[in-house]
Parts: sequence; C-alpha cells; structure tokens
Amino acid sequence: MEHYTMNLTLKVWKQKNHKAQGHFETYQVKDISSEMSFLEMFDVLNEQLIAEGKEPIAFDHDCREGICGACSMHINGRAHGPWHHTTTCQLHMREYKNGDTIVVEPWRANAFPVIKDLVVDRQSFDRIIQAGGYISVNTGNAVDANALPIDKHSADESFASAACIGCGACVAACPNASAMLFVSAKVSHLALLPQGEPERQTRALNMVQQMDKEGFGGCTNIGACEAECPKGISLENIARLNREYIGAVMAGGSQNAV
Amino acid sequence: MPLNSKIPKGPLESKWKDYKATCKLVNPANKRQLEIIIIGTGLAGASAAASLGELGYKVKTFCFQDSPRRAHSIAAQGGINAAKNYQNDGDSTYRLFYDTVKGGDYRAREGNVYRLAEVSANIIDQCVAQGVPFAREYGGLLSNRSFGGTQVQRTFYAAGQTGQQLLIGAYQALERQVSLGNVTQYSRHEMLEIVMVDGKARGVIVRNLVTGELERHFGHAVLLCSGGYGNVFYLSTNAMGSNVTAAWKAHKKGAFFGNPCFTQIHPTCIPVSGDHQSKLTLMSESLRNDGRIWVPKKQNDNRKANEIPEEERDYYLERRYPAFGNLVPRDVASRAAKERCDAGYGVGASKQAVYLDYASAIQRYGKIEANKKGMSNASAAEITAMGKDVVKEKYGNLFEMYEKITGENPYEIPMRIYPAVHYTMGGLWVDYELQTTIPGLYALGEANFSDHGANRLGASALMQGLADGYFVIPYTLGNYLADDIRTKSIPTDHPAFVAAEKEVQDRINRMMNIKGTESVESFHKRLGKIMWDKCGMARNEKGLKEAIVEIQALRKEFWSNVRIPGDINEFNPELDKANRVADFIELGELMCKDALNRNESCGGHFREEYQTEDGEAMRQDDLFTYVAAWEYKGESQFELHKEDLNYEIVHPTARSYK
Repeated sequence: MEHYTMNLTLKVWKQKNHKAQGHFETYQVKDISSEMSFLEMFDVLNEQLIAEGKEPIAFDHDCREGICGACSMHINGRAHGPWHHTTTCQLHMREYKNGDTIVVEPWRANAFPVIKDLVVDRQSFDRIIQAGGYISVNTGNAVDANALPIDKHSADESFASAACIGCGACVAACPNASAMLFVSAKVSHLALLPQGEPERQTRALNMVQQMDKEGFGGCTNIGACEAECPKGISLENIARLNREYIGAVMAGGSQNAV
Repeated sequence: MPLNSKIPKGPLESKWKDYKATCKLVNPANKRQLEIIIIGTGLAGASAAASLGELGYKVKTFCFQDSPRRAHSIAAQGGINAAKNYQNDGDSTYRLFYDTVKGGDYRAREGNVYRLAEVSANIIDQCVAQGVPFAREYGGLLSNRSFGGTQVQRTFYAAGQTGQQLLIGAYQALERQVSLGNVTQYSRHEMLEIVMVDGKARGVIVRNLVTGELERHFGHAVLLCSGGYGNVFYLSTNAMGSNVTAAWKAHKKGAFFGNPCFTQIHPTCIPVSGDHQSKLTLMSESLRNDGRIWVPKKQNDNRKANEIPEEERDYYLERRYPAFGNLVPRDVASRAAKERCDAGYGVGASKQAVYLDYASAIQRYGKIEANKKGMSNASAAEITAMGKDVVKEKYGNLFEMYEKITGENPYEIPMRIYPAVHYTMGGLWVDYELQTTIPGLYALGEANFSDHGANRLGASALMQGLADGYFVIPYTLGNYLADDIRTKSIPTDHPAFVAAEKEVQDRINRMMNIKGTESVESFHKRLGKIMWDKCGMARNEKGLKEAIVEIQALRKEFWSNVRIPGDINEFNPELDKANRVADFIELGELMCKDALNRNESCGGHFREEYQTEDGEAMRQDDLFTYVAAWEYKGESQFELHKEDLNYEIVHPTARSYK
C-alpha cells in the first residue's frame, strides 16, 4: 500500500458527564499516517492535547482488534465509520485524505446514557442477557460433548448469530434506537441449538420484556442495524425472534414469563 | 519461608481424584454466609464466579471494562485443547500432560499439569452444554484441528473466534447467577489494594472508574483472575487495558511472584508499521497448520514475494525442524524468525518480517475439491478459486483482519508476520490449590504462574483458565473456607480497611500532584522499549544489568515528571493508565532481575550465553530445575525463594522438534 500523511479537522462531541450539556469541539491534527488505525489517530490527538495542558477526549476501546466490542464511535453519521463489517478500532486512516473533516459522536440512545465525551453506559445489554440469554446448566452437569450430534448447518447458523460482540452499533444506527438485532442474535444463537430448547419460550419473552423496560425503541424494519453491524449479524435474526416471540405468546408462555 | 506446593501424595493419575475425595466441604447453609471477591471476569474469573455462585456462595465480581463480556479472553482465536481423542489418533490424558510438560521445557509441576489434562475433557462437555457453537463435521460431531508442539488433533475451535465463544458461554453462566442474586457484578471498577486482616486476605479497595470514588469490599477470600502482564512491553497482543495492577498489589502485600521472566513471544503477528503503533495484532497459530513460512535465500532481497521463484525461497522451519516443520512450538518458531531477520533475510519495508504463504495450501485444497467434484480436467484457475474458497471457510475472518490492517490481500500476496509479546507464563506463585502465599488469596488463569512452565503450547490458555474456574477452585476454595465458617463478615470500617483505603488515596493524590511535563503514554513507551530491547526474545547479562539501572531511573522520572490531566473524582482514563504504568515499571525491574538470575535458556526465556552451536536453547537442569518465587522486600528489593521441581514421571531431556 502507498503510504501518505494527511492533516485533518476533527469535530468531536465533548460532554463532561451524564448530566452536563454536550457540545462539538473542533481540533486540528497534522501528519497523520495512512497506516494508522482510527483510534491511533485519536491517540495522537490526545497526546497533543495533554502536551498543550488540555483535557484529552474520553473514548471506549480495549482489544483494538475488532472483537471486544468496546469501541463505539459514530463517525460522519455512521456507527463505526464507513467500512463494511468493521469496528472503529479496525478502521484505518487510508480511508481519508488530506484536508478531510471528520465528525465524531457517541452512540445516541436513551438506553445508553453518555458517561463522558464518547463513552456511553451499555449495562442495559448485560441486564437483557440476565433476563434469559443463557442456558441453565450448572458446572458439572454436562454429558459427553459428542453425545449430542448437531447438524453442521444449525451449528454454523448458531455461530453466526453468536458472533455478536455487543457493541451497540445496531442501536446507534437505528432511528428508533431499537435493540432488536442484539436481542435477536442471542435468542437465535440459543434457539438454533438443541441445548437451548427447554427454555426457548421463556427466554424470548423475558428478554423482549427487559429490552422494552430498558427504554429501547421498537423495530420498524428499517435495516440500518444490519447495514452497520460490524459482525454481519443478519436481519433474519429479527424475523426469527418475531417467530419465537409470537410462538411463545401463542403457547401461553406469557404466563411463564417472569 | 519454605514453599509448600501441597501436591497430593500418591500416583500421578490419582492425585486429583484423591484430593477431591478427601478435601473438606462447606455445607449449603454455610456457603450462603461466605463472601467471595473475584477480580477480573475473563475465562478464569467468569467461570469461577458462575460456578461458585451456583454452589451458593455470595460472590462479587469486578472488572475494569464496561462489561464482563469484554475481558481479553475474548480475543483468543485458535482454539482450546482437550484430551478427548475423538480423532482416534492416539491422544490421551497422559499424552496431553506429556506434551504440556515438554512444551513448557520442563519447568512446570507434574501434578498441576496432569490435573489440567484430566479436566480438559470436562471443559468441552460443559461448554457444549452451555451452547458454545464449536465447529462441527457434517455428521454433527465436533471438529478438531492441529496446533503447534503436538502430533495429534486435539484442538476444538469456533472459526477464529474460540475465545469469544467460550467467554460468552462463561459470561452467560455468570449473568444467570447475577439474575439469581448469587453474584453482584461491578463493571468499570479497578482493584487498587488487597486488605489484610490477621495475615489473611479479607477484602479489596477498588476504584469506581466512572466517579473516581474508592470503595471497600469485604470477602472471606479473594480470587485474582486478572490476566497476564504482557503490556509491560507496551506493544503486545494484549488489550489496551490489560494490566498487572491487581497481581502487583498482592505481590507487594506478600504474595510471591513466580517466574516473572517467562514471557511468550508469539511468532505470527502483524509487524509493527510505525511509531504510532498502539498494539500488535495476532494472527492465529492455526494459520501455521496450512501456511508455509519462508524468507528469501538471498540477503537483503528487495523483490516482491511473488517474484521470488520457489528454488530461491528458504522454508527455514521445514529445513531446521523436519519432524514438526511449521508446527514447532511458539518459542522455537519466534526465535527462528528473529534469527533470519537478524541475519539480514527479513522482508518488507522494515526488514523485520517473514512470509506466511498460503499459495501451496490453496492449490492443495483446490485439487482435493476438484477430486471430490469429479472434475478431472479442472483448469488452474478453477483449482485456485476452489482452493481459495476452502481457505476462506477455515481462516476467512483472519484473512479479512489482515487485509483491514495492512491493506494487502493475503489470498494473493503472502502475509508478512513477525513475533510479538503475547502471553506471560509467569505470575503469582500458587500452590496446588491455587492459593498464593497469602492465606485466602487465590490466583487463577494467566494471573498465576502454574501450568505452562517456560513456554505455553497453543490452545492451552483457554483450557487452563476454564479448568481453574470451573473445575479446580470450586473444590480447593471449599477446603479453605471450611475452616472459616465461624468468621463473621468483617465490617468495612475495620481499621485495616481504613488504612488500605488511605494508602490508595495518598498514592493517587501524590501522583496527581506531580503535574509534570511527560504523558503517561510516553513513560509506558519508554518502558516497553527497554523491556523489548533487553528483556525480550533474546537476553544477556550485560543488557539485563543495563535495563535494571534504566528502569530504576525511569521510575524516579515517572514519580517526578508525569503529567496526568483531569481530576481524581471523575471519569479519568489517564489516571487509570498512570496507576497501571507505575506498577508495570516496578514489575519490569523484577522481570529483568529474574531473567538475570536464570543462567540458562528455557522456553520463552533465551539467554544468549546459553545456546548450542546451532542456536538452540540450552537448559541447565542441575542448577535451574526450580520455580523462582520472588518475595517483595521494599523498593527494588526482592528475595528469591526456590521451589524445586521433581520429575517423577517425565524425564527432562533436550527438547527436540527435529
């Protein structure tokens, strides 16, 4: 790859804490290498701010290899920026050219309150999992792993749903701030496996109930979630969740929901 | 203090069975009164928290990330070993035990490793029951692949995301216990001190990273599941937040640190591209199953990879190690790459890289597909296309990741790779029960030193983390707590808590008041450079002595010139980082001292003075068949204690993969 450097203008959301009013701040960065990752460009900016005696920009990040789901920037109006199937940490600066202006915001959703600058609180996702995103099996209860053959197609499909990294891009991308893609990926992961069968109905009911309680919006089949999901979680999951949910309600499962 | 490893007596294969049959138990009513603190929620922490919660203990978990699901276990790619012998290729508990002891270059405890191999099969069963979607064959049964340092196929996997799937399994089990009220979960909290009462670990001081407030939490026992310390090198494959702080605080309160110099440098990572680099990305070892590693036969060859004809390529691993070829263990593969690059055969702009080439695998798989489909006249283009599809199914996500980072297409151009810091075999010294030298303080997973000796085999970290959490600690912790059932919860206004909190507060105040000119990041980079240059893939006496002096000077500079912006009582990532880097600097010094003490080469520890004529590592078994357990005695003062390793079953020989 041809290597080049660039100067950029950044407009970044600054917000002191959950209660404070936020605003955009404009920064200039120079000599950014096309080989840097987007977050490495932020590292350069933050080092610059610290050297100037200013406060650096807070942002979530950890593994920087696209799997932990911590990074969460809304870049020029798109969750995780312009690259398909890519988290913010894997976006690289060769996407940009000298003189570009880049606008960076946090995830915007009522269920994801801003903690500071670009950092949001996503504990609502943990609480949705707590509502039923698991198989109830205590340690030591398992039978031999090969005692339960699972057809490869179902196993692969289940894996594709389980690949969700819980980053929240689906919520950030959705005009309704709906969490349906996240919830449906977990329901699908477990519903597609025979081990998930016994709790299938209560799981769908309880997780949906918790999702509503957290204040996420409703799904109106826009599809922005699928388009921005860094892991390619498909809309078919939402269709499956709807079937699971309706099936559970029809079976009188709502009485079982807790 | 004599070190007692508490390995049960009796034959190897009955030690763990006998232990379980005779260890003390805690009845269910008493379990409800016993509180346990768990620091870290990766594979070890989440599996321990879930299992102990299921047993009825009152558990609290703490992680610095915004959710337990983000712990760095999530990034493990390749797989998890288990002695299932599903492939009928001669695997057994003994074989996994033997491979692990040999792979660790005879510096691990036999008793611990045998137990690990024994419970490995239960881990796979447990994970499948939880709904972990491992890769399967068309018949519906589980699939296996090969990994370095073994000649059987015992690695279970979920594409290149095995760690993610296992962690999600453990996380879900943990969240279930949270919903049942057995576990209370604290995210964005970092442990900054161990609280000791009457010589026992009785709690922790943690900092709420959102508000900056310090909190006191009591526990009858404290479990550190806080991972490894590879970030002491600044550049590593660890997550940005991975740190040694919890383990280091425990060390300074009396827990011995075992074999700190044993660091794993992983051979297949994406090379450094410039000074801006913030971390390194691993390309799974599973790629060495099918990829061939080579450099040009000519020094300083500037031709592009595809322009170098076959006969001018040096497949140096296949040449040097015909029995294992590209699948030699990690330490061997890393050193061989460094040797070639140092000798002037490296490739790419930096010349600090070697090729990992999939061209022949694509052809081989393409031909197999053509045969399967009965295409006797398949064209070269058809074979290549079919071969690429197979490679894509096996390694697609890894290839995509490589392309995102480098902008090069690995299906067409060989990947460039170079070794990078990946894992630390060293850690807090623990006995067979996973207890540190502080009563009531335990260390699990990568945070302890126990099972991998001087080098860890691929796909064994996930195995160890889950073995410790699901299958070992539920028994060994009970054995300790059974004597503690009369201990009432200690109120956190106890003087020990007050003093520990004050210690933390004073330290933070001192750090914030330095108001110097150099950023935390800059200090971390400087530490990393010293460590990589002088305590990295190759070490020598002169370099290590220099490093110790340089690190001591760096510490003084840090404590007089660091600049931390922002305030204490707010969300302040720079302050979090400063707390961690201060500890890394102290650890770095201990690592160099340990490396200097160990006058031999073994596993990941390569001392240039101790090598054979053809550059292989040379152990000194008569002098160093021991675990170096270091006791903290004050600033820059560490006392060495030795735990002799006794090999009753396996006889240490020169490790050969030729």
